[in-house]
Amino acid sequence: MARATTKRREPDTAKRLNGDAVFRYLTTFFAFSILAILALMLYEMAGESMPAIKAFGWKFVSSKDWDAVQETFGALPYLYGSVVSSVLALLLATPLSIGAALFITEIAPGRLGSIVAPLVELLAAIPSVIYGLWGVLVMAPWLQTTVQPFLIEHFGFIPLFEGAPYGVSMLAAIFILMIMVVPIITSITREVLLAVPQSQKEAAIALGATRWETIKVAILPYGKSGILGAAILGLGRAIGETMAVTMVIGNAPNISLSLLSPAYTMPSVIANEFAEATTKLHSSALMEIGLILMVVTLIVNALARLLIWSVSREAKGGAA
Amino acid sequence: MMNGMAFRKAKNHLMSFVMLACTLAVLIPLALIFVHIVKMGLSSLSIDFFTHIPAPTGEPGGGMANGMLGSLIMIGGASLIGLPIGILGAIYLSEFGGSKMSTTIRFAADVLSGTPSIITGMVAYTLLVVPMKGFSGLAGAVALAMIMIPIVLRTTEEQLKMVPGSLREASLALGVPFWRTSLKVTLRSAMSGVLTGILLAVARIAGETAPLLFTALGNQFWSKNVMQPMAALPLQIFSFAIAPYEDWHKLAWAGALVLVSVMFGLSLTARYFSRSRQAH
Repeated sequence: MARATTKRREPDTAKRLNGDAVFRYLTTFFAFSILAILALMLYEMAGESMPAIKAFGWKFVSSKDWDAVQETFGALPYLYGSVVSSVLALLLATPLSIGAALFITEIAPGRLGSIVAPLVELLAAIPSVIYGLWGVLVMAPWLQTTVQPFLIEHFGFIPLFEGAPYGVSMLAAIFILMIMVVPIITSITREVLLAVPQSQKEAAIALGATRWETIKVAILPYGKSGILGAAILGLGRAIGETMAVTMVIGNAPNISLSLLSPAYTMPSVIANEFAEATTKLHSSALMEIGLILMVVTLIVNALARLLIWSVSREAKGGAA
Repeated sequence: MMNGMAFRKAKNHLMSFVMLACTLAVLIPLALIFVHIVKMGLSSLSIDFFTHIPAPTGEPGGGMANGMLGSLIMIGGASLIGLPIGILGAIYLSEFGGSKMSTTIRFAADVLSGTPSIITGMVAYTLLVVPMKGFSGLAGAVALAMIMIPIVLRTTEEQLKMVPGSLREASLALGVPFWRTSLKVTLRSAMSGVLTGILLAVARIAGETAPLLFTALGNQFWSKNVMQPMAALPLQIFSFAIAPYEDWHKLAWAGALVLVSVMFGLSLTARYFSRSRQAH
Protein backbone atom coordinates (compact mmCIF):
# COMPACT_ATOMS: atom_id res chain seq x y z
CA MET A 1 0.00 0.00 0.00
CA ALA A 2 0.95 3.63 -0.48
CA ARG A 3 1.68 4.31 3.17
CA ALA A 4 4.15 1.44 3.26
CA THR A 5 6.06 2.38 0.14
CA THR A 6 6.41 6.04 1.11
CA LYS A 7 8.03 4.98 4.35
CA ARG A 8 10.36 2.55 2.64
CA ARG A 9 11.77 5.39 0.54
CA GLU A 10 13.16 7.34 3.49
CA PRO A 11 15.82 5.31 5.25
CA ASP A 12 17.41 7.25 8.10
CA THR A 13 20.21 5.00 9.09
CA ALA A 14 21.75 1.90 7.60
CA LYS A 15 20.69 -0.11 10.61
CA ARG A 16 17.05 0.84 10.28
CA LEU A 17 17.05 0.03 6.59
CA ASN A 18 18.40 -3.41 7.38
CA GLY A 19 15.68 -4.16 9.90
CA ASP A 20 12.99 -3.06 7.48
CA ALA A 21 14.52 -4.89 4.57
CA VAL A 22 14.80 -8.12 6.55
CA PHE A 23 11.21 -7.68 7.72
CA ARG A 24 10.03 -7.13 4.20
CA TYR A 25 11.82 -10.18 2.85
CA LEU A 26 10.58 -12.30 5.74
CA THR A 27 6.92 -11.39 5.31
CA THR A 28 7.21 -11.74 1.53
CA PHE A 29 8.70 -15.19 2.01
CA PHE A 30 5.88 -16.35 4.24
CA ALA A 31 3.20 -14.90 2.01
CA PHE A 32 4.66 -16.66 -1.01
CA SER A 33 4.84 -19.89 0.93
CA ILE A 34 1.08 -20.13 0.39
CA LEU A 35 1.69 -20.38 -3.34
CA ALA A 36 4.52 -22.81 -2.66
CA ILE A 37 2.28 -25.04 -0.53
CA LEU A 38 -0.39 -25.12 -3.21
CA ALA A 39 2.17 -25.86 -5.94
CA LEU A 40 3.85 -28.49 -3.79
CA MET A 41 0.54 -30.21 -3.12
CA LEU A 42 -0.29 -30.39 -6.83
CA TYR A 43 3.24 -31.52 -7.68
CA GLU A 44 3.31 -34.27 -5.07
CA MET A 45 -0.16 -35.55 -5.91
CA ALA A 46 0.59 -35.58 -9.66
CA GLY A 47 3.98 -37.24 -9.13
CA GLU A 48 2.60 -39.97 -6.91
CA SER A 49 -0.27 -40.62 -9.34
CA MET A 50 2.07 -41.21 -12.30
CA PRO A 51 2.37 -45.01 -12.00
CA ALA A 52 -1.42 -45.36 -12.05
CA ILE A 53 -1.86 -42.83 -14.84
CA LYS A 54 0.74 -44.66 -16.95
CA ALA A 55 -0.72 -48.09 -16.18
CA PHE A 56 -4.38 -47.37 -16.82
CA GLY A 57 -4.70 -44.14 -18.80
CA TRP A 58 -8.27 -43.07 -19.42
CA LYS A 59 -9.52 -46.54 -18.50
CA PHE A 60 -9.02 -45.44 -14.89
CA VAL A 61 -12.08 -43.22 -14.96
CA SER A 62 -14.24 -45.43 -17.21
CA SER A 63 -13.65 -48.85 -15.68
CA LYS A 64 -15.40 -50.17 -12.61
CA ASP A 65 -12.99 -52.98 -11.79
CA TRP A 66 -11.24 -52.24 -8.52
CA ASP A 67 -9.23 -55.18 -7.32
CA ALA A 68 -6.15 -54.77 -5.17
CA VAL A 69 -5.16 -58.43 -5.56
CA GLN A 70 -5.36 -58.44 -9.36
CA GLU A 71 -3.91 -54.92 -9.40
CA THR A 72 -6.56 -53.57 -11.73
CA PHE A 73 -7.95 -50.22 -10.67
CA GLY A 74 -10.93 -48.44 -12.18
CA ALA A 75 -12.41 -45.53 -10.26
CA LEU A 76 -15.83 -45.25 -11.90
CA PRO A 77 -17.89 -46.40 -8.85
CA TYR A 78 -16.22 -43.75 -6.69
CA LEU A 79 -16.68 -41.00 -9.27
CA TYR A 80 -20.30 -42.04 -9.66
CA GLY A 81 -20.90 -42.08 -5.91
CA SER A 82 -19.26 -38.69 -5.40
CA VAL A 83 -21.19 -37.02 -8.22
CA VAL A 84 -24.60 -38.48 -7.31
CA SER A 85 -24.31 -37.92 -3.56
CA SER A 86 -23.02 -34.36 -3.74
CA VAL A 87 -25.24 -33.16 -6.60
CA LEU A 88 -28.43 -34.55 -5.04
CA ALA A 89 -27.46 -33.21 -1.61
CA LEU A 90 -26.89 -29.81 -3.19
CA LEU A 91 -30.23 -29.87 -5.02
CA LEU A 92 -31.95 -30.43 -1.67
CA ALA A 93 -29.80 -28.02 0.31
CA THR A 94 -29.70 -24.96 -1.96
CA PRO A 95 -33.40 -23.96 -1.94
CA LEU A 96 -33.56 -24.51 1.82
CA SER A 97 -30.45 -22.40 2.35
CA ILE A 98 -31.65 -19.55 0.17
CA GLY A 99 -35.00 -19.56 1.96
CA ALA A 100 -33.33 -19.54 5.35
CA ALA A 101 -30.85 -16.81 4.38
CA LEU A 102 -33.69 -14.64 3.03
CA PHE A 103 -35.64 -15.22 6.21
CA ILE A 104 -32.70 -14.22 8.39
CA THR A 105 -31.79 -11.08 6.43
CA GLU A 106 -35.12 -9.81 5.11
CA ILE A 107 -38.05 -11.24 7.07
CA ALA A 108 -36.97 -11.97 10.63
CA PRO A 109 -37.18 -9.09 13.09
CA GLY A 110 -33.65 -7.80 13.77
CA ARG A 111 -33.36 -9.49 17.14
CA LEU A 112 -34.30 -12.96 15.85
CA GLY A 113 -32.01 -12.65 12.83
CA SER A 114 -29.09 -11.74 15.03
CA ILE A 115 -29.63 -14.89 17.09
CA VAL A 116 -30.19 -17.31 14.22
CA ALA A 117 -27.35 -16.07 12.01
CA PRO A 118 -24.48 -16.76 14.44
CA LEU A 119 -26.16 -20.03 15.41
CA VAL A 120 -26.05 -21.18 11.81
CA GLU A 121 -22.41 -20.13 11.57
CA LEU A 122 -21.59 -22.06 14.73
CA LEU A 123 -23.25 -25.15 13.28
CA ALA A 124 -21.24 -24.80 10.07
CA ALA A 125 -18.14 -25.38 12.19
CA ILE A 126 -19.18 -28.68 13.82
CA PRO A 127 -16.57 -31.30 12.88
CA SER A 128 -17.69 -33.76 10.23
CA VAL A 129 -16.77 -36.77 12.38
CA ILE A 130 -19.55 -35.70 14.74
CA TYR A 131 -22.10 -35.53 11.92
CA GLY A 132 -20.85 -39.00 10.99
CA LEU A 133 -21.28 -40.29 14.53
CA TRP A 134 -24.88 -39.08 14.62
CA GLY A 135 -25.41 -40.32 11.08
CA VAL A 136 -24.25 -43.86 11.71
CA LEU A 137 -25.73 -44.35 15.20
CA VAL A 138 -28.99 -42.40 14.93
CA MET A 139 -29.93 -41.47 11.38
CA ALA A 140 -28.99 -44.69 9.55
CA PRO A 141 -30.96 -46.96 11.95
CA TRP A 142 -33.93 -44.58 11.62
CA LEU A 143 -33.71 -44.70 7.83
CA GLN A 144 -33.47 -48.48 7.98
CA THR A 145 -36.48 -49.03 10.22
CA THR A 146 -38.77 -46.18 9.18
CA VAL A 147 -37.99 -44.27 6.00
CA GLN A 148 -36.62 -46.96 3.71
CA PRO A 149 -39.34 -49.59 4.35
CA PHE A 150 -41.90 -46.87 3.65
CA LEU A 151 -40.17 -45.90 0.40
CA ILE A 152 -39.85 -49.55 -0.68
CA GLU A 153 -43.48 -50.28 0.05
CA HIS A 154 -44.98 -47.24 -1.65
CA PHE A 155 -42.41 -46.25 -4.26
CA GLY A 156 -40.54 -49.54 -4.76
CA PHE A 157 -41.72 -49.66 -8.39
CA ILE A 158 -39.45 -46.68 -9.11
CA PRO A 159 -35.86 -47.93 -9.64
CA LEU A 160 -34.61 -45.20 -7.29
CA PHE A 161 -36.27 -46.88 -4.32
CA GLU A 162 -36.03 -50.59 -4.99
CA GLY A 163 -34.06 -53.11 -2.96
CA ALA A 164 -33.65 -53.85 0.72
CA PRO A 165 -33.41 -51.36 3.61
CA TYR A 166 -29.75 -51.36 4.66
CA GLY A 167 -29.77 -48.04 6.49
CA VAL A 168 -26.24 -47.14 5.46
CA SER A 169 -26.76 -46.15 1.84
CA MET A 170 -26.51 -43.49 -0.81
CA LEU A 171 -29.68 -41.98 0.67
CA ALA A 172 -28.03 -41.67 4.10
CA ALA A 173 -25.01 -39.97 2.50
CA ILE A 174 -27.25 -37.53 0.64
CA PHE A 175 -29.12 -36.63 3.83
CA ILE A 176 -26.03 -36.18 5.96
CA LEU A 177 -24.35 -34.09 3.25
CA MET A 178 -27.45 -31.96 2.95
CA ILE A 179 -27.51 -31.32 6.70
CA MET A 180 -23.80 -30.46 6.60
CA VAL A 181 -23.71 -28.06 3.65
CA VAL A 182 -26.90 -26.19 4.49
CA PRO A 183 -25.27 -24.04 7.23
CA ILE A 184 -22.35 -23.21 4.93
CA ILE A 185 -24.51 -22.18 1.98
CA THR A 186 -26.88 -20.28 4.29
CA SER A 187 -24.17 -18.22 5.94
CA ILE A 188 -22.44 -17.31 2.65
CA THR A 189 -25.77 -16.50 0.98
CA ARG A 190 -26.55 -14.30 3.97
CA GLU A 191 -23.28 -12.40 3.46
CA VAL A 192 -24.08 -11.97 -0.22
CA LEU A 193 -27.57 -10.67 0.62
CA LEU A 194 -26.11 -8.21 3.10
CA ALA A 195 -23.91 -6.86 0.29
CA VAL A 196 -26.96 -5.94 -1.79
CA PRO A 197 -27.11 -2.13 -1.65
CA GLN A 198 -29.92 -0.63 0.40
CA SER A 199 -30.87 1.63 -2.52
CA GLN A 200 -31.85 -1.43 -4.57
CA LYS A 201 -34.39 -2.45 -1.95
CA GLU A 202 -35.62 1.07 -1.31
CA ALA A 203 -36.30 1.61 -4.99
CA ALA A 204 -38.52 -1.45 -5.11
CA ILE A 205 -40.30 -0.53 -1.88
CA ALA A 206 -40.87 3.01 -3.14
CA LEU A 207 -42.62 1.56 -6.16
CA GLY A 208 -45.04 -0.16 -3.80
CA ALA A 209 -43.62 -3.67 -3.96
CA THR A 210 -44.46 -6.11 -1.16
CA ARG A 211 -41.59 -7.64 0.74
CA TRP A 212 -41.61 -10.76 -1.41
CA GLU A 213 -41.73 -8.68 -4.59
CA THR A 214 -38.78 -6.66 -3.35
CA ILE A 215 -36.89 -9.90 -2.82
CA LYS A 216 -37.89 -11.17 -6.24
CA VAL A 217 -37.19 -8.09 -8.34
CA ALA A 218 -34.40 -6.32 -6.43
CA ILE A 219 -32.54 -8.62 -4.07
CA LEU A 220 -32.33 -12.01 -5.77
CA PRO A 221 -31.36 -10.68 -9.23
CA TYR A 222 -28.63 -8.53 -7.68
CA GLY A 223 -27.22 -11.32 -5.54
CA LYS A 224 -27.73 -14.02 -8.18
CA SER A 225 -24.10 -14.73 -9.00
CA GLY A 226 -23.07 -14.62 -5.35
CA ILE A 227 -25.80 -17.07 -4.37
CA LEU A 228 -24.74 -19.34 -7.21
CA GLY A 229 -21.19 -19.05 -5.86
CA ALA A 230 -22.37 -20.04 -2.39
CA ALA A 231 -24.09 -23.11 -3.80
CA ILE A 232 -21.00 -24.09 -5.79
CA LEU A 233 -18.87 -23.66 -2.67
CA GLY A 234 -21.30 -26.02 -0.94
CA LEU A 235 -20.79 -28.47 -3.81
CA GLY A 236 -17.04 -28.28 -3.26
CA ARG A 237 -17.52 -29.10 0.40
CA ALA A 238 -19.86 -31.98 -0.39
CA ILE A 239 -17.49 -33.55 -2.93
CA GLY A 240 -14.57 -33.39 -0.53
CA GLU A 241 -16.46 -34.41 2.59
CA THR A 242 -14.79 -37.51 3.95
CA MET A 243 -15.57 -38.66 7.47
CA ALA A 244 -19.36 -38.30 7.66
CA VAL A 245 -19.89 -39.86 4.25
CA THR A 246 -17.48 -42.72 4.94
CA MET A 247 -19.44 -43.52 8.07
CA VAL A 248 -22.92 -43.65 6.51
CA ILE A 249 -22.61 -44.54 2.82
CA GLY A 250 -21.95 -48.26 3.32
CA ASN A 251 -18.65 -48.35 1.41
CA ALA A 252 -19.59 -50.75 -1.38
CA PRO A 253 -18.29 -49.95 -4.87
CA ASN A 254 -21.70 -50.32 -6.52
CA ILE A 255 -23.08 -48.41 -9.43
CA SER A 256 -26.77 -48.73 -8.75
CA LEU A 257 -29.69 -46.53 -9.66
CA SER A 258 -31.28 -47.27 -6.31
CA LEU A 259 -30.62 -44.68 -3.61
CA LEU A 260 -31.19 -47.38 -1.00
CA SER A 261 -28.13 -49.42 -1.89
CA PRO A 262 -24.73 -48.82 -0.29
CA ALA A 263 -22.26 -46.84 -2.39
CA TYR A 264 -18.77 -45.35 -2.18
CA THR A 265 -17.16 -41.97 -2.86
CA MET A 266 -13.68 -40.78 -3.81
CA PRO A 267 -12.73 -39.45 -0.36
CA SER A 268 -14.22 -42.51 1.36
CA VAL A 269 -12.14 -45.01 -0.58
CA ILE A 270 -9.02 -42.97 0.18
CA ALA A 271 -9.92 -42.85 3.87
CA ASN A 272 -10.55 -46.60 4.00
CA GLU A 273 -7.73 -47.98 1.87
CA PHE A 274 -4.85 -45.51 1.86
CA ALA A 275 -3.15 -46.53 5.10
CA GLU A 276 -3.41 -50.21 4.14
CA ALA A 277 -2.39 -49.98 0.49
CA THR A 278 0.59 -52.33 0.24
CA THR A 279 1.52 -52.27 -3.43
CA LYS A 280 2.89 -49.26 -5.24
CA LEU A 281 0.14 -49.42 -7.83
CA HIS A 282 -2.64 -49.55 -5.24
CA SER A 283 -1.44 -46.45 -3.40
CA SER A 284 -0.78 -44.73 -6.71
CA ALA A 285 -4.36 -45.45 -7.82
CA LEU A 286 -5.62 -43.90 -4.58
CA MET A 287 -3.32 -40.93 -5.18
CA GLU A 288 -4.83 -40.52 -8.64
CA ILE A 289 -8.30 -40.45 -7.09
CA GLY A 290 -6.95 -37.79 -4.71
CA LEU A 291 -5.54 -35.85 -7.65
CA ILE A 292 -8.89 -35.95 -9.46
CA LEU A 293 -10.59 -34.85 -6.24
CA MET A 294 -8.13 -32.01 -5.77
CA VAL A 295 -8.38 -30.72 -9.35
CA VAL A 296 -12.20 -30.89 -9.26
CA THR A 297 -12.43 -29.03 -5.95
CA LEU A 298 -9.82 -26.50 -7.14
CA ILE A 299 -11.92 -25.66 -10.18
CA VAL A 300 -15.16 -25.65 -8.20
CA ASN A 301 -13.74 -23.42 -5.46
CA ALA A 302 -12.08 -21.01 -7.86
CA LEU A 303 -15.36 -20.63 -9.73
CA ALA A 304 -17.30 -20.13 -6.50
CA ARG A 305 -14.85 -17.49 -5.20
CA LEU A 306 -15.01 -15.55 -8.45
CA LEU A 307 -18.80 -15.51 -8.36
CA ILE A 308 -18.93 -14.44 -4.70
CA TRP A 309 -16.24 -11.81 -5.21
CA SER A 310 -18.14 -10.38 -8.17
CA VAL A 311 -21.04 -9.42 -5.89
CA SER A 312 -19.06 -8.08 -2.94
CA ARG A 313 -16.73 -6.17 -5.27
CA GLU A 314 -19.63 -4.46 -7.01
CA ALA A 315 -21.11 -3.59 -3.64
CA LYS A 316 -17.87 -1.93 -2.55
CA GLY A 317 -17.78 0.06 -5.79
CA GLY A 318 -14.87 -1.77 -7.37
CA ALA A 319 -12.46 -1.43 -4.44
CA ALA A 320 -11.98 -5.01 -3.40
CA MET B 1 -61.16 -14.03 -7.60
CA MET B 2 -59.23 -11.80 -5.30
CA ASN B 3 -58.26 -8.38 -6.50
CA GLY B 4 -54.63 -7.66 -7.39
CA MET B 5 -53.55 -6.11 -4.12
CA ALA B 6 -55.04 -8.83 -1.94
CA PHE B 7 -53.47 -11.50 -4.13
CA ARG B 8 -50.05 -9.86 -3.86
CA LYS B 9 -50.39 -9.58 -0.10
CA ALA B 10 -51.45 -13.21 0.18
CA LYS B 11 -48.47 -14.23 -1.93
CA ASN B 12 -46.22 -12.14 0.28
CA HIS B 13 -47.50 -13.95 3.35
CA LEU B 14 -47.22 -17.33 1.70
CA MET B 15 -43.60 -16.74 0.69
CA SER B 16 -42.72 -15.40 4.14
CA PHE B 17 -44.13 -18.61 5.54
CA VAL B 18 -42.12 -20.70 3.07
CA MET B 19 -38.94 -18.91 4.14
CA LEU B 20 -39.74 -19.51 7.80
CA ALA B 21 -40.32 -23.17 6.99
CA CYS B 22 -36.91 -23.31 5.26
CA THR B 23 -35.25 -21.85 8.35
CA LEU B 24 -36.93 -24.44 10.55
CA ALA B 25 -35.96 -27.22 8.14
CA VAL B 26 -32.36 -26.03 8.44
CA LEU B 27 -32.35 -25.72 12.20
CA ILE B 28 -34.34 -28.81 13.24
CA PRO B 29 -31.91 -31.55 12.14
CA LEU B 30 -29.06 -29.54 13.60
CA ALA B 31 -30.94 -29.14 16.86
CA LEU B 32 -31.62 -32.89 16.87
CA ILE B 33 -27.92 -33.66 16.45
CA PHE B 34 -27.03 -31.22 19.18
CA VAL B 35 -29.62 -32.62 21.62
CA HIS B 36 -28.42 -36.16 20.92
CA ILE B 37 -24.79 -35.29 21.56
CA VAL B 38 -25.62 -33.59 24.85
CA LYS B 39 -27.96 -36.36 26.01
CA MET B 40 -25.75 -39.31 25.06
CA GLY B 41 -22.55 -37.49 25.93
CA LEU B 42 -23.62 -36.44 29.42
CA SER B 43 -24.77 -39.95 30.31
CA SER B 44 -21.48 -41.47 29.15
CA LEU B 45 -19.10 -38.87 30.50
CA SER B 46 -17.14 -39.80 33.62
CA ILE B 47 -13.92 -38.94 35.40
CA ASP B 48 -12.39 -42.01 33.72
CA PHE B 49 -13.01 -40.42 30.36
CA PHE B 50 -10.52 -37.67 31.16
CA THR B 51 -7.95 -39.82 32.98
CA HIS B 52 -7.90 -43.25 31.32
CA ILE B 53 -6.89 -44.65 27.96
CA PRO B 54 -9.40 -46.80 26.03
CA ALA B 55 -10.23 -50.17 27.61
CA PRO B 56 -9.40 -53.31 25.60
CA THR B 57 -12.00 -54.52 23.10
CA GLY B 58 -15.35 -55.36 24.69
CA GLU B 59 -14.39 -54.30 28.21
CA PRO B 60 -16.49 -51.54 29.76
CA GLY B 61 -15.03 -48.28 31.02
CA GLY B 62 -11.90 -46.59 29.82
CA GLY B 63 -11.53 -43.10 28.47
CA MET B 64 -9.96 -41.00 25.78
CA ALA B 65 -7.31 -39.20 27.79
CA ASN B 66 -4.55 -40.23 25.39
CA GLY B 67 -6.58 -38.87 22.48
CA MET B 68 -7.11 -35.53 24.18
CA LEU B 69 -3.40 -35.27 25.00
CA GLY B 70 -2.47 -36.23 21.43
CA SER B 71 -4.88 -33.65 20.03
CA LEU B 72 -3.42 -30.96 22.30
CA ILE B 73 0.15 -31.82 21.25
CA MET B 74 -0.70 -31.81 17.55
CA ILE B 75 -2.78 -28.62 17.75
CA GLY B 76 0.13 -26.99 19.60
CA GLY B 77 2.60 -28.20 16.98
CA ALA B 78 0.36 -27.05 14.13
CA SER B 79 0.03 -23.61 15.78
CA LEU B 80 3.82 -23.31 16.18
CA ILE B 81 4.25 -23.96 12.46
CA GLY B 82 1.13 -22.30 11.13
CA LEU B 83 0.74 -19.11 13.16
CA PRO B 84 4.05 -17.41 12.23
CA ILE B 85 3.56 -18.27 8.54
CA GLY B 86 -0.05 -17.10 8.53
CA ILE B 87 0.49 -13.89 10.51
CA LEU B 88 3.70 -12.76 8.78
CA GLY B 89 2.17 -13.61 5.40
CA ALA B 90 -0.84 -11.48 6.34
CA ILE B 91 1.45 -8.56 7.23
CA TYR B 92 2.90 -8.77 3.72
CA LEU B 93 -0.56 -8.72 2.17
CA SER B 94 -1.83 -5.77 4.21
CA GLU B 95 1.35 -3.65 4.55
CA PHE B 96 3.35 -4.35 1.38
CA GLY B 97 0.64 -5.88 -0.79
CA GLY B 98 -1.76 -4.27 -3.20
CA SER B 99 -0.12 -5.70 -6.28
CA LYS B 100 -1.42 -8.43 -8.56
CA MET B 101 0.76 -10.83 -6.60
CA SER B 102 -1.22 -10.29 -3.41
CA THR B 103 -4.47 -10.99 -5.22
CA THR B 104 -2.94 -14.23 -6.45
CA ILE B 105 -1.81 -15.14 -2.93
CA ARG B 106 -5.22 -14.30 -1.50
CA PHE B 107 -6.87 -16.38 -4.17
CA ALA B 108 -4.48 -19.28 -3.52
CA ALA B 109 -5.26 -19.10 0.20
CA ASP B 110 -9.00 -19.22 -0.45
CA VAL B 111 -8.61 -22.13 -2.84
CA LEU B 112 -6.32 -23.90 -0.36
CA SER B 113 -8.84 -23.59 2.44
CA GLY B 114 -11.43 -25.20 0.16
CA THR B 115 -9.23 -28.18 -0.66
CA PRO B 116 -10.58 -31.34 1.01
CA SER B 117 -8.60 -31.95 4.17
CA ILE B 118 -8.02 -35.59 3.25
CA ILE B 119 -5.79 -34.35 0.40
CA THR B 120 -3.71 -32.46 2.96
CA GLY B 121 -3.30 -35.76 4.78
CA MET B 122 -2.13 -37.52 1.61
CA VAL B 123 0.41 -34.79 0.89
CA ALA B 124 1.75 -34.87 4.45
CA TYR B 125 1.97 -38.64 4.08
CA THR B 126 4.17 -38.45 0.99
CA LEU B 127 6.27 -35.59 2.38
CA LEU B 128 6.83 -36.88 5.92
CA VAL B 129 5.50 -40.36 6.62
CA VAL B 130 7.19 -42.08 3.66
CA PRO B 131 10.65 -40.47 4.05
CA MET B 132 10.62 -40.87 7.84
CA LYS B 133 9.39 -44.44 7.48
CA GLY B 134 6.56 -44.19 9.95
CA PHE B 135 3.33 -42.50 10.98
CA SER B 136 3.92 -39.74 13.51
CA GLY B 137 2.35 -36.95 15.50
CA LEU B 138 4.71 -34.59 13.69
CA ALA B 139 3.23 -35.50 10.31
CA GLY B 140 -0.23 -34.94 11.82
CA ALA B 141 0.78 -31.52 13.11
CA VAL B 142 2.16 -30.51 9.70
CA ALA B 143 -1.06 -31.62 7.99
CA LEU B 144 -3.10 -29.58 10.48
CA ALA B 145 -0.79 -26.57 10.02
CA MET B 146 -1.42 -26.65 6.27
CA ILE B 147 -5.13 -26.33 7.00
CA MET B 148 -4.57 -23.59 9.55
CA ILE B 149 -2.33 -21.28 7.49
CA PRO B 150 -4.84 -19.97 4.93
CA ILE B 151 -7.46 -19.33 7.63
CA VAL B 152 -5.05 -17.37 9.85
CA LEU B 153 -3.64 -15.52 6.84
CA ARG B 154 -6.98 -14.27 5.60
CA THR B 155 -8.49 -13.33 8.97
CA THR B 156 -5.32 -11.56 10.12
CA GLU B 157 -5.10 -9.62 6.88
CA GLU B 158 -8.68 -8.41 7.28
CA GLN B 159 -7.93 -7.23 10.81
CA LEU B 160 -4.68 -5.46 9.88
CA LYS B 161 -6.44 -3.61 7.07
CA MET B 162 -8.90 -2.19 9.60
CA VAL B 163 -6.13 -0.49 11.58
CA PRO B 164 -6.23 3.20 10.61
CA GLY B 165 -3.25 4.44 8.61
CA SER B 166 -2.86 7.41 10.94
CA LEU B 167 -1.76 5.05 13.70
CA ARG B 168 1.06 3.71 11.54
CA GLU B 169 2.02 7.24 10.49
CA ALA B 170 2.11 8.45 14.09
CA SER B 171 4.47 5.66 15.01
CA LEU B 172 6.67 6.19 11.95
CA ALA B 173 6.76 9.94 12.63
CA LEU B 174 8.20 9.19 16.04
CA GLY B 175 11.05 7.50 14.28
CA VAL B 176 10.02 3.93 15.01
CA PRO B 177 11.27 1.69 12.20
CA PHE B 178 8.65 0.18 9.95
CA TRP B 179 9.13 -3.39 11.16
CA ARG B 180 8.68 -2.36 14.78
CA THR B 181 5.66 -0.27 13.86
CA SER B 182 4.17 -3.26 12.08
CA LEU B 183 4.68 -5.68 14.95
CA LYS B 184 4.28 -3.39 17.97
CA VAL B 185 1.68 -0.92 16.76
CA THR B 186 -0.28 -2.26 13.80
CA LEU B 187 -0.39 -5.92 14.82
CA ARG B 188 -0.90 -5.12 18.48
CA SER B 189 -3.83 -2.81 17.88
CA ALA B 190 -5.43 -5.50 15.70
CA MET B 191 -4.66 -8.14 18.33
CA SER B 192 -8.18 -8.97 19.46
CA GLY B 193 -9.26 -9.50 15.87
CA VAL B 194 -6.17 -11.56 15.12
CA LEU B 195 -6.87 -13.68 18.21
CA THR B 196 -10.38 -14.27 16.91
CA GLY B 197 -8.95 -15.67 13.70
CA ILE B 198 -6.48 -17.84 15.59
CA LEU B 199 -9.19 -19.26 17.83
CA LEU B 200 -11.41 -20.04 14.85
CA ALA B 201 -8.50 -21.75 13.10
CA VAL B 202 -7.76 -23.81 16.22
CA ALA B 203 -11.44 -24.74 16.50
CA ARG B 204 -11.37 -25.85 12.90
CA ILE B 205 -8.32 -28.11 13.18
CA ALA B 206 -9.37 -29.48 16.57
CA GLY B 207 -12.14 -31.45 14.85
CA GLU B 208 -10.20 -32.49 11.74
CA THR B 209 -10.10 -36.24 11.33
CA ALA B 210 -9.40 -37.13 7.70
CA PRO B 211 -5.89 -35.58 7.53
CA LEU B 212 -4.86 -37.54 10.63
CA LEU B 213 -5.90 -40.94 9.24
CA PHE B 214 -2.60 -41.49 7.47
CA THR B 215 -0.32 -39.09 9.30
CA ALA B 216 -0.80 -39.50 13.06
CA LEU B 217 -2.67 -42.77 12.46
CA GLY B 218 -3.89 -43.05 16.06
CA ASN B 219 -2.58 -44.96 19.05
CA GLN B 220 -4.28 -47.16 21.64
CA PHE B 221 -1.82 -46.16 24.34
CA TRP B 222 -0.34 -42.99 25.79
CA SER B 223 1.55 -41.28 23.00
CA LYS B 224 3.78 -38.38 23.91
CA ASN B 225 6.54 -38.91 21.36
CA VAL B 226 5.84 -36.79 18.28
CA MET B 227 7.96 -39.14 16.16
CA GLN B 228 5.58 -42.02 16.91
CA PRO B 229 1.95 -42.69 15.91
CA MET B 230 -0.23 -40.48 18.05
CA ALA B 231 -3.80 -40.71 19.33
CA ALA B 232 -6.27 -37.91 18.61
CA LEU B 233 -9.76 -37.32 19.94
CA PRO B 234 -11.49 -37.07 16.53
CA LEU B 235 -9.74 -40.24 15.33
CA GLN B 236 -10.96 -42.09 18.42
CA ILE B 237 -14.52 -40.84 17.91
CA PHE B 238 -14.36 -42.17 14.34
CA SER B 239 -13.01 -45.62 15.11
CA PHE B 240 -15.22 -46.10 18.16
CA ALA B 241 -18.36 -44.97 16.32
CA ILE B 242 -17.94 -47.53 13.54
CA ALA B 243 -16.97 -50.38 15.91
CA PRO B 244 -19.76 -52.79 16.87
CA TYR B 245 -19.52 -52.35 20.65
CA GLU B 246 -22.05 -50.48 22.80
CA ASP B 247 -19.38 -49.39 25.29
CA TRP B 248 -17.27 -47.90 22.54
CA HIS B 249 -20.28 -46.03 21.15
CA LYS B 250 -20.75 -44.51 24.59
CA LEU B 251 -17.14 -43.33 24.62
CA ALA B 252 -17.62 -41.90 21.13
CA TRP B 253 -20.64 -39.86 22.31
CA ALA B 254 -18.69 -38.60 25.31
CA GLY B 255 -15.82 -37.68 23.00
CA ALA B 256 -18.22 -35.85 20.70
CA LEU B 257 -19.62 -33.86 23.62
CA VAL B 258 -16.13 -32.84 24.73
CA LEU B 259 -15.11 -31.91 21.19
CA VAL B 260 -18.24 -29.87 20.51
CA SER B 261 -17.93 -28.12 23.88
CA VAL B 262 -14.31 -27.17 23.16
CA MET B 263 -15.29 -25.95 19.71
CA PHE B 264 -18.24 -23.90 20.91
CA GLY B 265 -16.10 -22.54 23.73
CA LEU B 266 -13.46 -21.41 21.23
CA SER B 267 -16.08 -19.90 18.91
CA LEU B 268 -17.78 -18.01 21.72
CA THR B 269 -14.46 -16.70 23.02
CA ALA B 270 -13.61 -15.64 19.48
CA ARG B 271 -16.96 -13.88 19.20
CA TYR B 272 -16.32 -12.14 22.50
CA PHE B 273 -12.96 -10.86 21.27
CA SER B 274 -14.37 -9.63 17.98
CA ARG B 275 -17.23 -7.92 19.76
CA SER B 276 -14.97 -6.15 22.25
CA ARG B 277 -13.03 -4.97 19.23
CA GLN B 278 -16.10 -3.56 17.53
CA ALA B 279 -17.01 -1.77 20.75
CA HIS B 280 -13.99 0.55 20.60
